[in-house]
Amino acid sequence: MLRLPSFTYLEPRTLKRAIQMKTNAGPDAMYVAGGTDLYPNMKRRHQEPRTVISLTGIKALRKRPTDRRTDGHTDGRFVLTAGLTLTEIAGHRRIRRDYRAVARGAELISTPLLRNMGTLGGNLCLDTRCNYYNQTYEWRKAIDFCMKKDGAICWVAPSSPRCWAVQSSDLAPVMVALDAQFLLVGPKGERVVPAGRFYHNDGIDYLTKHADEILTEVRLPRPNGWDATYWKLRRRGSFDFPVLGVAVWVRWDGTEIAEARIVLGAVASHPQLVPSAAEVIIGSKLDEEAVLAAANAAFKPSKPMDNTDFGLAWRKEMTRTYVKGALAELRARRR
Amino acid sequence: MAGDERYGRTDGQTGGSSISLSDRPTVHPSNRGEGLRVVGQPLRKVDAVSKVIGATKFADDLMLPRMLYCKLLRSPHPHATILRVDTSRAAALAGVKAVLTGRDLPIPFGILPVSQDEHALAPDRVRFIGDPVAAIAAITEEIATEALDLIDVEYEPLPAVTSPIAALEDTDTPIHDYGDRGNLHKLINLEFGDVGEGFARADHIREDILFYEGSTHLAMEQHAALAEWSPGGKLTLWSSTQTPHYVHRALAQVLELPPSRIRVIATPNGGGFGGKSDPFSHEIVVAKLAMKTGRPVKCTLTREEVFYCHRGRHPTLIWTRTGVTKDGRITAMHVRTLLDGGGYGSYGVASTYYTGALQTVTYQIERYKFQGARAFTNKAPCGPKRGHGTPQPRFALEVQMDKLAHDIGLDPAELRLRHLVPPGSVTANYLQIGSMGLGACIDKVTAGADWKERYGKLPLGRGIGLACSSYISGAGLPIYWNNMPHSGVQLRCDRGGGVTVLCGSTDIGQGSDSILAHIVAEVLGLTLEDIAVVTADTDLTPVDLGSYASRVTLMSGNAALQAAERARDIIARHAAAKLDVPTERVVFADRRVFDASDPENGMPFADAVQTAEAVEGTIGTVGSYTPPMSPGRYRGHGVGPSPAYSYSAAVVEVEVDPETGIITVPRIWIAHDVGRCINPVTVMGQVEGSVYMGLGEALMEEMPHRSNVKNAHKNPSMLEYKSPTTLEMCDVVTYLIEDPDPNGPFGAKEVGQGPLLPVPPAVANAVYDAVGVRVDEVPVTPEKILRALKDKARGKEGRYGPMSFPDIHWPAPTVVPPPWEGGDGRAVTDIRHQGGRRKVSHPERQH
Amino acid sequence: MKPGSLMAPEKAHLTLDVNGERIEVMFARHKTLLEVLREDLRLTGTKHGCELGECGTCAVLVDGQPVLSCLVLGLACAGKSIRTVEGMADAELHPLQRAFADLGAAQCGYCTPGFLLTAEALLKQNPKPTCREIEEALSGNLCRCTGYLKIYEAVELAAAWMRGEQAEPRDEVLYGRR
Repeated sequence: MLRLPSFTYLEPRTLKRAIQMKTNAGPDAMYVAGGTDLYPNMKRRHQEPRTVISLTGIKALRKRPTDRRTDGHTDGRFVLTAGLTLTEIAGHRRIRRDYRAVARGAELISTPLLRNMGTLGGNLCLDTRCNYYNQTYEWRKAIDFCMKKDGAICWVAPSSPRCWAVQSSDLAPVMVALDAQFLLVGPKGERVVPAGRFYHNDGIDYLTKHADEILTEVRLPRPNGWDATYWKLRRRGSFDFPVLGVAVWVRWDGTEIAEARIVLGAVASHPQLVPSAAEVIIGSKLDEEAVLAAANAAFKPSKPMDNTDFGLAWRKEMTRTYVKGALAELRARRR
Repeated sequence: MAGDERYGRTDGQTGGSSISLSDRPTVHPSNRGEGLRVVGQPLRKVDAVSKVIGATKFADDLMLPRMLYCKLLRSPHPHATILRVDTSRAAALAGVKAVLTGRDLPIPFGILPVSQDEHALAPDRVRFIGDPVAAIAAITEEIATEALDLIDVEYEPLPAVTSPIAALEDTDTPIHDYGDRGNLHKLINLEFGDVGEGFARADHIREDILFYEGSTHLAMEQHAALAEWSPGGKLTLWSSTQTPHYVHRALAQVLELPPSRIRVIATPNGGGFGGKSDPFSHEIVVAKLAMKTGRPVKCTLTREEVFYCHRGRHPTLIWTRTGVTKDGRITAMHVRTLLDGGGYGSYGVASTYYTGALQTVTYQIERYKFQGARAFTNKAPCGPKRGHGTPQPRFALEVQMDKLAHDIGLDPAELRLRHLVPPGSVTANYLQIGSMGLGACIDKVTAGADWKERYGKLPLGRGIGLACSSYISGAGLPIYWNNMPHSGVQLRCDRGGGVTVLCGSTDIGQGSDSILAHIVAEVLGLTLEDIAVVTADTDLTPVDLGSYASRVTLMSGNAALQAAERARDIIARHAAAKLDVPTERVVFADRRVFDASDPENGMPFADAVQTAEAVEGTIGTVGSYTPPMSPGRYRGHGVGPSPAYSYSAAVVEVEVDPETGIITVPRIWIAHDVGRCINPVTVMGQVEGSVYMGLGEALMEEMPHRSNVKNAHKNPSMLEYKSPTTLEMCDVVTYLIEDPDPNGPFGAKEVGQGPLLPVPPAVANAVYDAVGVRVDEVPVTPEKILRALKDKARGKEGRYGPMSFPDIHWPAPTVVPPPWEGGDGRAVTDIRHQGGRRKVSHPERQH
Repeated sequence: MKPGSLMAPEKAHLTLDVNGERIEVMFARHKTLLEVLREDLRLTGTKHGCELGECGTCAVLVDGQPVLSCLVLGLACAGKSIRTVEGMADAELHPLQRAFADLGAAQCGYCTPGFLLTAEALLKQNPKPTCREIEEALSGNLCRCTGYLKIYEAVELAAAWMRGEQAEPRDEVLYGRR
């Protein structure tokens, strides 16, 4: 049986206490929420915290989703606390109505069992993935490791100075497309970061979040005339991480697109905004020609690497189809 | 059915020459055909309740006091010489109780007598990443794991062979020092009649090259074994094995213990599918560690380690050339296969023969030639997976039949129906066919799928495809040469009316324990609840060779039938005396023994047992089963013969998105000729499970290795090895065809493997019907379909698949004239192929 | 695995609520619920197939929700109610167990406990699920024997029984289509 290494397990009841514990324990400590990402990683010795600080006992992270806040800071945004499980996000009536791309992204993650455990915050902070990295210690040792853990080379691109592990969260591209805001709480206080600035295009250093900060809230824009969707490509209807994700957000002005954001998931180490694809649909009615132009524009910068399921050529090819499909869905919904 | 005449028969009898009903033990009048009371009933399996309440003890569920945990250190190199192993740091770790290396277990073993090429721990050479090198026993699994990293092994890497094509090259460092040539483990060349002349008579000939990717069993239970050594000198091993008898033999051989000092108990297998059919390193290692420490030792493999045990489907390249007349009669067929065997022999020699053996048992083939080669490569060893060696050539044959039908303008179903092998006939390669229900299978699935109305007529993106297959009901010969039965049963009647059946067979989930109970209950007029089944324990149960080759229902079933009939005869004799009726009038039914002419004149079964026991002493009987001799007498004839062949036909419906190549399978119609259902629910389960596994292989399962990083397995995990979930599984419409075979108990034939075989080719054929391109390769993935579609759009051939079959220097052929050309099953001196030199092929048993 | 962190783990001593019983247990603090159930409580009805959350075999109910016991710490289960397959039957089988046994939905039986518990949670929430809903709910449990079909049938049959209906398996499920 694959087992966890031994570690110190802490269960703080407040955010403040959690951050204090992290400060005390130093760089060898990590936060854990649902455990569905960290524990497998610990069993394979990708991540080796000596102290694990569980966030599941912190009530502030598990509040009912709401836009009625008294602190005046949320600007009418809809607030999801990071400790909500993916099952809760996917099944929440208001999310399903006003933020269907979020519900869709959540319900496409892994399996029902895992969604009962995994949290919104955990998925947004999901470790980048690579099939040279997501292997056991023995397997990685046999190939002399890789630069993401214990080694020096990137096996995906051996001459590359950087790690090409893949952004594999389904909700991350959705949040970037929606321009959600993330509230981070750390030893130095709170800060709000737009989702688009939360991620780095680097397989190792993939978050701008500091290790001691906790992602506590996701603030979604008011549902006022925009629409969004998320399309996920994978081998099987459950279990599998995306090999391509397409999140599209548009604001309609009458029958025309006034604003748009198109984000690709699972083709880089971060959710990849493709402004060139968004530009070509702005001002259009999302007619066939505009959709095709956007699909072609998204295709160009889509550069999957050979470190997930499926071949990279086909995944790149599918960018076109999936962008087309996502835009067609939005057009159909408008009619 | 009017159409039945096409198949040359209208009832369940065969027209066979060498088989007759009289070969079978007499069936009591009350138990014939329609009079069956238990056989044919959809009853709960005897172990169903313990499984649903979680009480079944699988190997890893066993924990003994003072038990140690074993972990294996595995090779990080695909191919290397071991220069030095230093275990001193590991041995010094607190909690470590024993360390083993290859030096401690120097005697090799292997499932086949001709391939004794494995060591429990590699003594001097490792042959794939994952090859076991050393072992630790410690007080916790954590400590054992930690100790692995303290073992220092110095390796000298050798060049790794990454593919069977590469294995064809000359080498100074072959992976093994035996085999037919260099890295070629086995080369086969068999010719049944002059195929050249056969092709000359054909109106149309086509050649195809196809590839069938490797896949693994992925049983949900990871292999585990627990050993206990008594200072009195007795070793007990509990293991999740399908073949306790062969494990027993391997332990005796490697540990140099008398077999009587070894007890092997096969725990219920949490799925097998062929993956637990070899004796494994961990089984021998825990036994040795238990002997060394005097404490129980358990080893449970991790999922990744199970991928390294493998013994799964051989990746196989197939070249096939078939000549047909205008009406589709096959005048000649020539098949070449090249198998990627991985690092060890395993069942590989048999697997290689199987890639040629069963091409002949579905459609009549006048002349047949088979050339097969198995290469050693530096990967996890391949072996027997559900269908053992036959799904690959079957894929090639059924796809080629589809193409031939298009070439000559015949409906693919019609082409097959016209040329079915007759029941009771002998094939070109001397396989004795018994009952043959393939025609009825084709009729059922084509009617169900509305084939005539829909084939070739569905809109772009939707299609249906047909394929057929056949599989053995047990192998005609044992794995090691002997004259003894393949299956034995002991039966004991209790005074209370209970009956205990003891048999060496292993229940791997397929329900074989229940089959024994059904058969005994039927013969003795009892219910399943009256039967206690004790299986798979070498101290308690007579030998059964194991749960492989779909042999258990037929072979253990026949042994149980014989034992039960003998018990019935003893009890009947004494009951008849007491009832004062002739013995032949005594009937066993409803837990009673009574006069057929006067059912009131009878007694409870328990009383009848007591009556007999009072005179005879303890009522116990034995039964055994040995398969009939096969008509083949040539070298290599040993693989393929079976007491009975099952038949299957499937129609698969697919939906293919022409823009992405994404393929979904909404429904499969499958018909399977099982001879007779002993228990229809378990038969249904085997058919549906086979379809599932076939669908997985057809669409997504594969075992790729990374040639850029030391030939490492690319996806040794449940997540990345793609096994279909509930969301990929299709609807299945199942038809059970019961065409009783005279060799089967109550006519029963196999069902555990055969229904897998038609699924992959039917998927490929359906893709052609849907979008007009051929994917001559399994798995049929969106990427491949899209490539073929793009090629077709560019005016190229709309096909994805291998382009060439390598030149292989084949040995001189063994030439055997087919039965209809005066052959007697022996090879003949063949001047044509020997350049004038005379060579006599002696009949020889060969696996 | 990498050395360094496995030795002499500190032990936790706590009371767990398992199948409605409060059980005192002591175990190494890093142990998962799966390990605690199997090795410390000897409730081996809970199986394991990968220990990485990739197969669903180890599913148990925690506070009524099916979760992967290989990815939950035993420590994190203090104060929660845990249900394993051993808790499903009393002197009688649970309807789901009866239906699984009758229809051959348990072949090798290894994935069965995980399926039973996941299905039980589904039926509690949705007493009359459609086949699609059953497929979705069970899409995190892998089975290699059955092709899932007998499992769906068994869940539907048990659901009908639990609703108080007099249901019997369809002829086609037992014998195939005639």
